[in-house]
Amino acid sequence: MNRKKFISASLLASAAAFLGNKISFGENSKQKKTIQPVSDKKLIPGKHKDLTILNPKPWNAETPPHLLDDKITPANKLFVRNNGRIPEDIDVSKWTLTVGGESVNSEKTYTLAELKSKFKQYTYQLTLECGGNGRREFSPPAKGNQWDLGAVGCPEWTGVRLKDVLEDVGIKSDAVYVGYYGEDVHLSGDTEKVVISRGVPIKKALEDEALIAWSINGEDLPVMNGYPLRLVFGGWPGSTSGKWLSKLVVRNQVHDGPKMGGMSYRIPKYPVAPGTKVPEEDMKIIEEMPVKSLITHPKTGAMVSGSKSFEVRGHAWSGDRSINSVHVSLDYGATWKLCEVSKAVNKNAWQHFKINLSLPQKGYYEIWARATDSNGEMQPMVIPNWNPKGYLNNACHRIAVKRV
Amino acid sequence: MSLDREDILNHVDGVVRIIKLVFAVVLLSPFIFYLLTKVDFEHSEEVVEVVETPLIENGIDLASGLIVDDNYELVNGTCSACHSIDLVTQNRATREGWKDLIVWMQQTQKLWDLGDNEALILDYLEKNYAPKQQGRRAPLKDIEWYEL
Repeated sequence: MNRKKFISASLLASAAAFLGNKISFGENSKQKKTIQPVSDKKLIPGKHKDLTILNPKPWNAETPPHLLDDKITPANKLFVRNNGRIPEDIDVSKWTLTVGGESVNSEKTYTLAELKSKFKQYTYQLTLECGGNGRREFSPPAKGNQWDLGAVGCPEWTGVRLKDVLEDVGIKSDAVYVGYYGEDVHLSGDTEKVVISRGVPIKKALEDEALIAWSINGEDLPVMNGYPLRLVFGGWPGSTSGKWLSKLVVRNQVHDGPKMGGMSYRIPKYPVAPGTKVPEEDMKIIEEMPVKSLITHPKTGAMVSGSKSFEVRGHAWSGDRSINSVHVSLDYGATWKLCEVSKAVNKNAWQHFKINLSLPQKGYYEIWARATDSNGEMQPMVIPNWNPKGYLNNACHRIAVKRV
Repeated sequence: MSLDREDILNHVDGVVRIIKLVFAVVLLSPFIFYLLTKVDFEHSEEVVEVVETPLIENGIDLASGLIVDDNYELVNGTCSACHSIDLVTQNRATREGWKDLIVWMQQTQKLWDLGDNEALILDYLEKNYAPKQQGRRAPLKDIEWYEL
């Protein structure tokens, strides 16, 4: 073969190979899709592009603190925490909620439309925080999604009171717990297997602010946060607030659905040294979340020129309690300055703090924030008591600033 | 320089060959264009990243995020059957801790018996995803400085 022939033949061959490959890639795409290239991770339906994605299967993402600066958390900035697959092909017109369990007089089913028309609607700002928020800082490390700071938010939720629905169903005097079931699908793909089924004691369920909600900030729930229906129990681990809600069970015992027992959402009954292996029977269910605060402005890394003063602000919350005060320190806790704190708009809503600061001289500083709640409990400066699954880290939030 | 008969014939032969090739390309071009329009480039680009030989940077397999070491493909294939590999790479544990996690997944999450692969997977995890000592509170890191 002479040179010209060789070149023309190889050109045709590579063109054919090029075309052939492209086409076969297209055909292969379906079976290859389970492996997600790193570059695809930034897209979560309905969510702000700057959320930090911890895990796309199941979807888990948190909000960087500076994006939580709004007093009422926008829906697209609310964190995403899932244990299973998001339900697909949701038909709202056919969605129902069934209320049953040993402690109801008789089981009753409502359509979504019935829930909306039959009961009075309420709107509350309710703080939702993942029980594992802050897990990243525990040492030795605890397994699971390594949440940093932003698995928390406080949107305005609209729905009906759980207690109004329970009253309509009729519950027996032996009721001790309300559990939920949702329509999410187990990661194994087994549709018979329940992903997660938790709940709250009847006392929490009967509070005014315990909602069966369909709306955030006046709009439908984002699919990632439980569309079309979910529970919201402010101030308690997010896992108590079941998403894609289709069934409630009023129990005459502590609910025993998946992730109620074992080590999930539980902490030791007694304080343990870091790394201790704790037997399951020595674990107890987490109820209220602890006192905590978050600096949402400025974003960490701020360089301030000279003695210019700047506003430091954020939110503080504490389970079923309220916040009495928030202090900030520029010197690692040696001295503290008292911030201005707003009143809560309702129970379980986070409160807002602010203060003007200036930096005394050139150099590196950390701003620490420490909230004190209505029981007088404060946030610790170092990581609080270690627990096997790394829950309830409420150590003070720290941001870095520099005077230049 | 004089051209003998054979040289001239060779030359003509060459020119004819080029003309044939140009003709072939021109005749084929509508067909090639048609093929190109049929290809779903958006789709294929997404897949190209996955199907090509593994992209490795600083010892990390970019597609999965796993540290490249013996049996990382086995770990990738086994774990990503149910959940994202991010759930592996963001965690740290001792061999015992990883073993506990496998047992937990078998008891509650329908993970199958890993057979001989279990030891290989544990070897990999123990070596590459062991706990780091960070004390009671680590210094702030990864700060992106900006003017306020």
